[in-house]
Amino acid sequence: MQLDAKIPEGPIEKKWDSHRFHLKLVNPANKRKYTVLVVGTGLAGGSAAATLAELGYNVKSFCIQDSPRRAHSIAAQGGINAAKNYQNDGDSIYRLFYDTVKGGDYRAREANVYRLAQISVNIIDQCVAQGVPFAREYGGALANRSFGGAQVSRTFYARGQTGQQLLLGAYQALERQVQAGKVKMYPRTEMLDLVLIDGKARGIVTRNLVTGKMETHVGDAVVLATGGYGNTFFLSTNAKGSNATAIWRAHKRGALFANPCFTQIHPTCIPVSGDYQSKLTLMSESLRNDGRIWVPKKKGDTRSPDKIPDGERDYYLERRYPSFGNLVPRDVASRAAKAACDEGRGVGPSGLGVYLDFGDAIKRLGQRAIAERYGNLFDMYERITGDDPYKVPMRIYPAIHYTMGGLWVDYNLMSTIPGMYVLGEANFSDHGANRLGASALMQGLADGYFIIPYTIGDYLATTKLAKVEADHAAVKDAEKGVKARLDKLLAAKGSRTVDSFHRELGKLMWESCGMARNKKGLEENLSAIPALKEQFWKDVRVGGAGEEFNNELEKAGRVADYFELAELMCRDALHREESCGGHFREEHQTPDGEARRDDENFAYAAAWEWKGEGEKPELHKEPLQFNEVHLTQRSYK
Amino acid sequence: MRLTLNVWRQKGKDDAGGFVKYDVPDVSEHMSFLEMLDVLNQRLILKGEAPVAFDHDCREGICGMCGFMINGQAHGPLRGTTVCQLHMRHYKDGDELWLEPWRAAAFPVVRDLAVDRSAFDKIVAAGGYVSVSTGSAPDGNAIPVPKEIADRAMDAAACIGCGACVASCPNASASLFTGAKIAHLGFLPQGQPERERRALAMVAQMDLEQFGGCTLFGECQDACPKGISIDVIARMNRDYWLSALFSAPPSAGAAASG
Repeated sequence: MQLDAKIPEGPIEKKWDSHRFHLKLVNPANKRKYTVLVVGTGLAGGSAAATLAELGYNVKSFCIQDSPRRAHSIAAQGGINAAKNYQNDGDSIYRLFYDTVKGGDYRAREANVYRLAQISVNIIDQCVAQGVPFAREYGGALANRSFGGAQVSRTFYARGQTGQQLLLGAYQALERQVQAGKVKMYPRTEMLDLVLIDGKARGIVTRNLVTGKMETHVGDAVVLATGGYGNTFFLSTNAKGSNATAIWRAHKRGALFANPCFTQIHPTCIPVSGDYQSKLTLMSESLRNDGRIWVPKKKGDTRSPDKIPDGERDYYLERRYPSFGNLVPRDVASRAAKAACDEGRGVGPSGLGVYLDFGDAIKRLGQRAIAERYGNLFDMYERITGDDPYKVPMRIYPAIHYTMGGLWVDYNLMSTIPGMYVLGEANFSDHGANRLGASALMQGLADGYFIIPYTIGDYLATTKLAKVEADHAAVKDAEKGVKARLDKLLAAKGSRTVDSFHRELGKLMWESCGMARNKKGLEENLSAIPALKEQFWKDVRVGGAGEEFNNELEKAGRVADYFELAELMCRDALHREESCGGHFREEHQTPDGEARRDDENFAYAAAWEWKGEGEKPELHKEPLQFNEVHLTQRSYK
Repeated sequence: MRLTLNVWRQKGKDDAGGFVKYDVPDVSEHMSFLEMLDVLNQRLILKGEAPVAFDHDCREGICGMCGFMINGQAHGPLRGTTVCQLHMRHYKDGDELWLEPWRAAAFPVVRDLAVDRSAFDKIVAAGGYVSVSTGSAPDGNAIPVPKEIADRAMDAAACIGCGACVASCPNASASLFTGAKIAHLGFLPQGQPERERRALAMVAQMDLEQFGGCTLFGECQDACPKGISIDVIARMNRDYWLSALFSAPPSAGAAASG
């Protein structure tokens, strides 16, 4: 298979404009003859469904939650980047583009990232017009803050709930189209397979999560905007329901999966407190602006933090990275915390935690100023841990947060399956090996509001699509497969719960395919994971029936997919003999422990093709060309 | 600590339902309430019983999916906290708790503690938006919004749509939810052109969905995990009455034609 990214010709700043001109249009009167199936209602899916309906297409929108307003985009705290340069501080589209490619450790496609930076300014306009209550200055202008180590102030925000407000904006636009009769909404509905006819994506098989009934929806194109796969690790900052099933089933139907090993670990999360832990909670990384991170110098020092004098504390980020200190990027901060804990200097009951201490900041600025800046985060921390961070240092530890990898898409956001598009975190396109803060919201909305509405029209206008009946052989075949799988899960009637398997898988992944990876651990996983998967299918206990509300059955189907995806993640991590962004191979580091990239051999996107059950996937490479950005080793010393 | 739970079990909306007693002998104070239920459910599954169904997703208090009554209080005893963020350290050994779903005609039970809140989506669909299609927006800074106004809009916009307000209202009114959206958009200049018909359409839809009327008990604002003030109901009423008195009623579907 030859991967064609379909990057338009011409200078980078003209590519999108000229591409839009060359895209074929669907006549306004003909748009209503087409039906687009949009799976997922987060920033990407919600904005896509609303916008496609505004254009006149018939849209069917699906989500697993009880309402489209609940998608996990809602939990994003910090903000959304845009190259508005409202602060007159030297920002530009080019700078946002450059920062994003560099921040991604040079593993993203330049043309896509440039377009993202261009569109970023339209997103802010659109959201403001919808009534998103962004933070304002006294004069009424939009406020900005700097975020994630950027040297310019380009982040727009709505308190600590930016994701919520942007999502509600998209959700309201979506509901407007529901009211107008252009969108038919299917909440509590899970996609379980993709239907291909004549090699094109023409439908999805779904399960109604209330009644358990299966149904097939046919259409002219399918858009997947189902988020990332961080829950492969069991413990992550993702919502409990976030899952990879839609993209994984599409992968097994022929969509290539790119860079699965590029996972992002967020350094400031609340540590695990016990084996009942169900998820991890992120604390905004803005806390690192004023908090100082430290561990005791001595191993196994169990004194309470206030009994440890300053001279016996190791402010390891300030020591190792004097110029960036506590503000080093996410991947660097995470690995340093792991290193300190691996040395036996971690704090808290589990030994897997480091202190984030506001003592100095409170002395310097006063408790009131700190409360103004971080009050809601401090309250949240206290609610969860029972500790008052104004009095004792917070304890934090890294956690899986975001996945940069995803289904491979071309410049039009179309996967390797014609007619199937992938948006937002579910695709691999814009963040390379590491995503910068406040860029996920930007990408989701860029894809949904401003890219897919153009590119999907070109496909529909230029493709001959035969009418598909609901009893087409391919539909029946897909339904049969889905049903057989559910029946098999129910029939195992084993001795272990779905969660117990998922936790075990998560542990394997966190240990060997998490913050630091090496050949030995990855190879061990490649035999341990298939073994665990086999045991799962024999010994899982689901209970209940297929045609009823059955949360365990939902989870079982998703965990079954995680086994296969986890294996691919390890295989990708093993093959990528370099360290870049969120992927740190212990064999590939500089003498002082920093990541060492190998641009000569690995400047490509690794796109894996499913070859069947038990078969090795095939690797396809999309070489990355850097005409604009100069490749350098990142340094935060 | 050891807790006794009386959990409402109901197979579906047409089932009568009833309380079932469970003993949970080993609750850690560090668990969240939902993690405590996870532990109970794991045991039920291994015993061959159906686990307790409850809605939840982000477990960070922002998605609005979780929520049920604990001893008659929506989201339990802690103010400003959704049940996913409520931790067991607020309970003590030997406590007996009663867990029930939101109870309202507009929120039929799906199963056990999970209810159907799609009536909320219908209220939003009736007019809870600014009708601005993608691409037609002016520059973000072309519409100045004073900071105080943006802050007040944000206070109202913080609603997570969990339904605690309805569940704690003796009338099962959705006025806090509806008022919050009307106030959010009504504060902002972007929301002005449709302000009148928005209030009329959303209030009409709220009535259609069988929510009760508001008689200003104020239970809703005490139960709201986001601390939304009952002031938004006053704003809703003002917009509604001014529109009803002084403007022509919207024709059928006018709010939707955008």
